[in-house]
Amino acid sequence: MCSTCGCSGEDAGTRVTLVDGPEATHEHDHEHGHGHGHGHGHETRTVLLEQDILAKNDLLAAANRHRLAEHGVTAINLMSSPGSGKTTLLERTVRDLAGHRETLVIEGDQETWLDAQRIRATGSKVVQINTGAGCHLDAEMLDRGLTELAPPDGSLVFVENVGNLVCPALFDLGESARVVIISVTEGADKPAKYPYMFRTADLVLLNKIDLLPYVDFDVDLCLRLIHQVRPGVELLPVSATRGDGLDRWHDWLASR
Amino acid sequence: MHELAITESVVEAITEKLGDGPVAAVRLEIGTLSGVVVDSIRFCFEIVAAGTGLEGARLDIDEPSGRAYCRECRREFTLDDPIMLCACGSADLDILSGRELRIVSVEVR
Repeated sequence: MCSTCGCSGEDAGTRVTLVDGPEATHEHDHEHGHGHGHGHGHETRTVLLEQDILAKNDLLAAANRHRLAEHGVTAINLMSSPGSGKTTLLERTVRDLAGHRETLVIEGDQETWLDAQRIRATGSKVVQINTGAGCHLDAEMLDRGLTELAPPDGSLVFVENVGNLVCPALFDLGESARVVIISVTEGADKPAKYPYMFRTADLVLLNKIDLLPYVDFDVDLCLRLIHQVRPGVELLPVSATRGDGLDRWHDWLASR
Repeated sequence: MHELAITESVVEAITEKLGDGPVAAVRLEIGTLSGVVVDSIRFCFEIVAAGTGLEGARLDIDEPSGRAYCRECRREFTLDDPIMLCACGSADLDILSGRELRIVSVEVR
């Protein structure tokens, strides 16, 4: 066990892994804190900083954005609560776009390579980011993920964020666009309950519409609530399993 | 929670700018529309500051309220939550304040 921070050393910090079968390249991260000074006397002086707290993240995000633009790579930040169908939608999208557009994926989860392995099975190159206890991806993680993934010029990169309707919204990754997914099994009031997430969306996907006959979901109410926090944003009803609405999803992707 | 990452960013930004020396107080500005919970920041600060020069520092947090301007009816009003609606029914708003998330100043010994 690490005597500085108490971690086991194996799972401390963020891990970025190119998931490619048994020969996965593994990058290991382990960070330590530092010592501290001591106080003397009671006189103090005030230093004005006037700095955005997320300035460091935003700087890295801007660098990511620039790097992506330089290579003509489009990065889509996909966010939703757990279980809305992000990975299933990605599996389907990657398969549908095969042969038309080079598509790669960066997966974000606290633990396991499960999602990356599902994507790998579609034939797409994929990197898994494991945040450990972390609840969101940030710009530094995307930077490391992009380095590991090495997307070719002109390609499309999907970044599947950690399943969480709260935290990921606050962290700019440097993405080209943000897509928020909500599914019909989650309740039409979610956009009002999680306004910070929906107000950052460039597109909202309503997934699992094949289940509409079996659930009590008011689509009009959902759209109204979404427009209260993000006026004018487009909502695309889709079914990742049955295929509904995916043409319009592909059109939107083609326009980015 | 994301407040942990944000608090870590605060401590990191301060130690990067000012080194490991003792800090008496930190002044932050966290707007009511920022999406950040102030109580959670206080809770996380104690944990993150432990063992650094910021341990025991007083945390002063200003919470500017959300103000919006409605382009439809030309009215300026207070916005308590991120629901972008004027009383006149329009969603065509300019957010004037409330989204701040900054370190204002640091009091060092």
